Amino acid sequence: MAIGPLAAAYALAGVGLNLQFGYTGLLNFGHVAFMLAGAYGTAITVNEGGPLWLGLLVGVAAAVVLGLIFGLPTLRLRADYLAIVTIAAAEVLRIVVAGPGEDSLTGGVFGIQRFADGFFDLNPFPTGDYGIGRVSFTARGMWVLTAAWLLVAVFTVVVALLTRSPWGRVVRAIREDEDAARSLGKNVFAVKLQSLVIGGSVGALAGMILAFDRQSVRPGFFLPVITFAVYTIVILGGPASRMGPIVGAIVYWFVIQFTEGFTREAIGAGWIPESILGPEDVGAIRFALVGLGLMLLMIFRPQGVLGKRQEVLIDAQ
Amino acid sequence: MALALLAFSAAFALSLSGLAVAQEDDTETPQPDEPESVRGRIRDKSKDPSRPLAGVELTAEEDGGAVGEAVTDEEGEWEIVLPGPGTYTVTLDPDSLPDGVALRDEDKNSIEVEIEEGRAKGLIFAVGARTTITQSTADRLLNLTVKGIRLGAVIALASVGLSLVFGVTGLVNFAHGEIVSFGALVAFFLSTSAGGPGIPLIPAAVLTLVVGGLFGWALEMSLFRRLRRRKSGNVALIVVSIGLGLFLRNVYLIIFGVRPRPYTQFTVQQNFDIGPISLPAKDYVIIAVSLALLVLVGVLLQATRVGTALRAVADDRDLSEASGINVERIILVTWVAGSALAGLGGVFQGLTDRVSYDMGFGLLLLMFAAVILGGIGTAYGAMVGGLLIGVVTEVSTYWVESKYKLAVAFSVLILAVLLRPQGLLGRAERVG
Repeated sequence: MAIGPLAAAYALAGVGLNLQFGYTGLLNFGHVAFMLAGAYGTAITVNEGGPLWLGLLVGVAAAVVLGLIFGLPTLRLRADYLAIVTIAAAEVLRIVVAGPGEDSLTGGVFGIQRFADGFFDLNPFPTGDYGIGRVSFTARGMWVLTAAWLLVAVFTVVVALLTRSPWGRVVRAIREDEDAARSLGKNVFAVKLQSLVIGGSVGALAGMILAFDRQSVRPGFFLPVITFAVYTIVILGGPASRMGPIVGAIVYWFVIQFTEGFTREAIGAGWIPESILGPEDVGAIRFALVGLGLMLLMIFRPQGVLGKRQEVLIDAQ
Repeated sequence: MALALLAFSAAFALSLSGLAVAQEDDTETPQPDEPESVRGRIRDKSKDPSRPLAGVELTAEEDGGAVGEAVTDEEGEWEIVLPGPGTYTVTLDPDSLPDGVALRDEDKNSIEVEIEEGRAKGLIFAVGARTTITQSTADRLLNLTVKGIRLGAVIALASVGLSLVFGVTGLVNFAHGEIVSFGALVAFFLSTSAGGPGIPLIPAAVLTLVVGGLFGWALEMSLFRRLRRRKSGNVALIVVSIGLGLFLRNVYLIIFGVRPRPYTQFTVQQNFDIGPISLPAKDYVIIAVSLALLVLVGVLLQATRVGTALRAVADDRDLSEASGINVERIILVTWVAGSALAGLGGVFQGLTDRVSYDMGFGLLLLMFAAVILGGIGTAYGAMVGGLLIGVVTEVSTYWVESKYKLAVAFSVLILAVLLRPQGLLGRAERVG
């Protein structure tokens, strides 16, 4: 399951965040809002009778608009203020989407279901089980998986090309010293905004994968903890490294699956008394580990598995 | 460095593991000698003040057979003694209500209730239209404002530490909400949890001040002081504090469980009226104690040597160090005092709402809003900002549905950052 659709979606979200955080040094803590915009943009369009391609376009367009709304006022702020504003804006968006009733455009807290048929109609895999050994996917699972990893591959290449270009050099210069970049005549604000919008659009595609995989969207999927998990993945893989988000996502999901399986087994076999840990605590252990991992990585190995120490944003304002 | 913290967390988990066993303990303390019963008080809420209704008939049934009945007395009170633990249906006879008085919801004349051994459960039948509808606009706004002051006072109390820690170290602590939750949980363990010592809530809250201060001390000594020595940057510290918050929050979840629970004491209180203001008595106490503590913090900051030193460090760290102030000690004092106040704020929030593992995270953005609105880095900014945010949040429910009130508060935060990032009381040159 470490290479399942979830891992692919998180890897793709990581590719977007890596451009913003790893390369540009933007402390965007509202990344989950871009995923929400993508997922809801698609779901609402299809649910209101639009075709799938239009839904995908609307999803990406929603993320672009969101990036502009986030970025235009906030990118002049210091890193810590940017973090607070983006996390607050993501929460505002989630509350507003969850607000109206069941019959509204967004479906309120119940969200939207049955919008993914168009996506699965394109499924090239015939019905059946696909897998090696204990790991197996249905035909639908295979299709989501393939589409997701294809997107990851495409955008890893896109980001690699972008960051090797002259634009990419400006982006890194901004991360290292914003004032120096500005004094060389670079339009720092515009480049930061471009980075935020492009990274956010990739995040929107990740949100769509999550939506197709579950065949439903609900506000409850888009909690701030998702952003924190994507940060863990980016830092785990190595900020500002091309393959970092992919490696980070696979390692992350491997560790999560392994510890969840191990804890369940241990509780089931009675190695851990029920009074200390029950089966309902397994999810909490996952997020406690994410938090601990994020903390320890940032302290002891901020360059992750693949990153270079000198590429890591250690002391940006 | 994280090892010390881990050890500390583990010790905390062990000391609180009684919480896990206490999950079912959400009504009144079991009293083995008391018979099981259901009781309540029927009042006509359409009158102001509400009027007790006598002579209303209620029956309790188990598996379709009546096991007891009661008629309300002059005070509107009733009680049905039950044969034992079990699931009962309690029905109110609508025909026995006085003429002109009806249930608020015709269909809700019976309540199914599960009674455990030795428990008495209070049931509420809503009779008469809600009083708030008959309140005048001015009265409603006034009541919302006072509720806002209550919320604001708690936010201010909880966020003084957040603001001062930023002032003396530059750390934007995303784990501050978990210090608030910590206080609420410690008080829950001390007063309510079945595995705890079961001391009354008021001394438990005083103890929470001490334990909360110790928690701040442990965080500073085991983690943040070491990170400062390594000269970790601003961004790294923010990510570390987010990770710390996520970790602590889920440790609380494992220990406390997902279900929010109230303290045993002061849970249900009659509203107490002062003029047009009608609030539970505990809310007045919360407002008074919070404001008194905030004034005390202000006096200590102005009048004592440590307070003056603290303001000096917040103003210019290097200059204070050069003038012979022990900066590391001042930072430690800030952590301890700030965490103690945050913990008490958690207890107050748990009293008005309920105790839950993520209550502090829910308050975190409100606290950020408060300190940024008031001017981050100063104690007075947090106080003014807290009160303002509390009032805005509550009063906004006059115009928008209450489910959007947090969105309103966060929007105020965003606007504050954009329009006046130095805050109402801050100086412009603070912000780069």
